[in-house]
Amino acid sequence: MSLRTVEMALATPGVDAAGHPTRVPLGVASGDGTYHEDLGAEHMLVNIGPQHPATHGVLRLVLELEGETVKRCIPHIGYLHSGFEKLGEYRQYNQIIPLTDRTDYLSPMANNVGFALAVEKLMGLEITERCKVLRVIACEMSRIISHLVWLGTTGIDLGAFTPFLWSFQERERIYNLQEAWTGARLTTSLTRVGGMMADIPDGWEAGLREFTSTFPQTLAEVDTMFTRNAIWIGRTQGVGALTADEAINLSLSGPMLRASGVDYDVRKDRPYLDYESYDFDVLIGEYGDIYDRYRVRLEEMTQSNRILEQALTRLERLKGAPINVSDPRVVLPPKSRAMSDMEAMIFHFKQVMEGVKPPAGEAYMGVENPKGELGYYMVSDGTAKPVRWRIRPPSFINLASLPTMCEGALLSDVIAINASVDIVMGEVDR
Amino acid sequence: MSPLSPSVAPLRSEFGSAIERHLVSCDQTIVYVSRDRSHDVLAWLRDTAGQEFNYLTDITAVDYRDSERPLEVVYQLRSLGRKADLRIKVALDKRGGQLEVRSVYDLWRGADWLEREVYDMFGVAFVGHPDLRRILMWETYAEGFPLRKDFPLRGHFSRAEQTRQALAANPEAHYSLEELSIAEEYGELPKEMQERLAKGERGFLK
Repeated sequence: MSLRTVEMALATPGVDAAGHPTRVPLGVASGDGTYHEDLGAEHMLVNIGPQHPATHGVLRLVLELEGETVKRCIPHIGYLHSGFEKLGEYRQYNQIIPLTDRTDYLSPMANNVGFALAVEKLMGLEITERCKVLRVIACEMSRIISHLVWLGTTGIDLGAFTPFLWSFQERERIYNLQEAWTGARLTTSLTRVGGMMADIPDGWEAGLREFTSTFPQTLAEVDTMFTRNAIWIGRTQGVGALTADEAINLSLSGPMLRASGVDYDVRKDRPYLDYESYDFDVLIGEYGDIYDRYRVRLEEMTQSNRILEQALTRLERLKGAPINVSDPRVVLPPKSRAMSDMEAMIFHFKQVMEGVKPPAGEAYMGVENPKGELGYYMVSDGTAKPVRWRIRPPSFINLASLPTMCEGALLSDVIAINASVDIVMGEVDR
Repeated sequence: MSPLSPSVAPLRSEFGSAIERHLVSCDQTIVYVSRDRSHDVLAWLRDTAGQEFNYLTDITAVDYRDSERPLEVVYQLRSLGRKADLRIKVALDKRGGQLEVRSVYDLWRGADWLEREVYDMFGVAFVGHPDLRRILMWETYAEGFPLRKDFPLRGHFSRAEQTRQALAANPEAHYSLEELSIAEEYGELPKEMQERLAKGERGFLK
């Protein structure tokens, strides 16, 4: 039982004399499973998934149960394996960007940005000011929609339906903005090496401004609904807890790591896109349980909203500035010039037929994605197609900690713990 | 900050000839370590004061297009306290038969699935890993290791063969042998399977 003092709403059931939420039937087994000894004579094998709504995709868990206590948890993945890394070795760099949409499909724009940054690091390209600001906007919008999906689906898993509707309503507004910008809601393919696929359309900022001014209200409602809710607290506090040392040892990243009290955010520790010049805070958890992961993600949405507001201010200053680098070996010339100017036509032809050619070498670029540290490790041999394109998938590595967290927990907690990892199977399986 | 990591000099003085070479690419330092000492080097980097590379960012491998060039196992290390990164590589000669390197599972639990993935995709065996079996491909996958450069994009088997195998697969065989051993079904397994289980055999490795 967690010993946190939590400010409780009046007249909520399940509170003991000290004001701590009581969670007798849902409690974690005392450790050695003696609590359920009468049921534990025989071990049972339970299969969850791969087609199960609470596994958030095609994840399959095989659980060994003693009574209701999980003795062993064996995850099976790979049902959505598409071989993106292999496919990438047969494609030019800009042709890989559509593949990145489909890895973590809840935050496609952030993946696009990460990939473009990795190739630019490989080439030593310095992108334009306006491009940086637009990419920050893309990343933070992605963080908000990804966390909203997490919030909604986790709420549903634990029996709260209403916040799901709220969060998906908010998410819809960002999707509309994404559609207005890129023409696609999910397969955005927003970036190109050295720049962006397109600048934002006229009047787009007003839409985002309207979102950033009204979104905190929804967050406040979610906060009211969850943060001091006895059922939510009972299902989340002290469940699936990992200490800081365990979290580091398991290579966790993102909100999972920060909830355990480790101060590691790639935006702060290895800044990219001038994140060091934005004013935002990173919330660090204390107990590493599901409740702390919830708090960390909720706060991240607030902070993302702050960053979006700052980025919008910068965008005003950079009105009309170029979004692409001026190197014609990297970026396609405008179509009008390619049709009228001989030199531009040659560059256009070489770009389309051969593609970008980074020098031989290798680079690792980590970015802070909603799920954790997304890393792209690129190896080039000087040709237009990468020798190796490795995705460091945050959900995959975070999911690997599931057996550690589940063993000793109750069967019903497995659903909550799995939800708290925030996996997306497109990225786990790639 | 100079592009060359300050960890290279102490590594060289500590391990001498086990540090094969180092280079800098895109301001990131890469240190090649001999296969026999890779575990020692990684443990030293993790535990020595002043190095403290306590966070294993990633393990992966690279197979180059040049078939003569060795396959490389790549460790991305991060020191959360010192905010420094280091990339350690172990070159494995592909012509020498079995590709083997010591597992770092005992140093970082996070290496569990990462090493399984490298085994699955490249066929590198991690000696000392407690549960080295395929992870993204299914356990009976017989076409080889997909991310090797000698593996064709569409696989070794023809479409017809792939379809035939998929249709012939026993849909009841959802559980691994290990999982069946949990439940009573173990007793109903064929004798030969039970023996293999008792020996602790998994996947392709002995």
